[in-house]
Amino acid sequence: MRILITLVSGFLFGVGLILSGMSNPLKVSNFLDVFGNWDPSLAFVMGGAIIVTMPGFWLIQRRKSPFFHDFFHLPTQTEFDMPLVAGASIFGIGWGLAGFCPGPALTSLPFANTGTLIFVLAMLSGMMSAKFVTQRMCQT
Amino acid sequence: METEFTPLTSLLGGALIGLSAIVLMVTHGRIAGISGIVSRILPPSVDKGGFTQGAVFLAGLLLAGPVWYMVAGSAPVQDVSNNFVLLTIAGILVGFGSVLGNGCTSGHGVCGISRKSTRSIGATLIFMATALVTVFILRHVLGA
Repeated sequence: MRILITLVSGFLFGVGLILSGMSNPLKVSNFLDVFGNWDPSLAFVMGGAIIVTMPGFWLIQRRKSPFFHDFFHLPTQTEFDMPLVAGASIFGIGWGLAGFCPGPALTSLPFANTGTLIFVLAMLSGMMSAKFVTQRMCQT
Repeated sequence: METEFTPLTSLLGGALIGLSAIVLMVTHGRIAGISGIVSRILPPSVDKGGFTQGAVFLAGLLLAGPVWYMVAGSAPVQDVSNNFVLLTIAGILVGFGSVLGNGCTSGHGVCGISRKSTRSIGATLIFMATALVTVFILRHVLGA
């Protein structure tokens, strides 16, 4: 039952990305191209998601724990540090270059486009390098 | 190349993403941030506690495309760049940046903003800004 609910949750996320048009990198790039072929759709995707998530999270956080675990796995950091600023800046450059971010790229994998496959492989190696680097930073 | 402005389907698709985030939060107590979920199951340090949940969530995500294809009868419109060098650089930056900055469009942009997290609001403003500048340079300075 737990596995099924988790599977459906991932499935909804993927369908949402495809329905919203975000699986098309050109549509994302056009959102970022305010001075060119601007397509504001992505703002509606984020808006639609936040309208649902914000009151939902507020209601959920009144609970002591989630259904399947003893506690909520929420981020504990609150300060605005260098890794956050650098990471977000680097992420934005890559996002702008390809029009792909992790969710849409993975959702697009089954459509077997060579470009998508290359992007995902590069993305996974970038993630592993970042994990390696941050662990080194924590150890020193 | 232009794309059609789709306020209604984008809003609806966004709402589904929001619903997914709610389900994950109320059941597992976790943020539906794709970069976080993927990086947790990757080496060098696999998170044992979040592995099954993450892998199953990703399986669901990967299932969406094939099911969409079967129901709709065709794949959704996709214009992916043919510039494999550009895609490789972009992929590395997206992967590295999202893990270093603890989140991407879903983790910071949707879930973080919904939690009114200062870090996430700041991160979203930063990556939106660098992405806008990147696209501006790519399209209007370099003319790609």
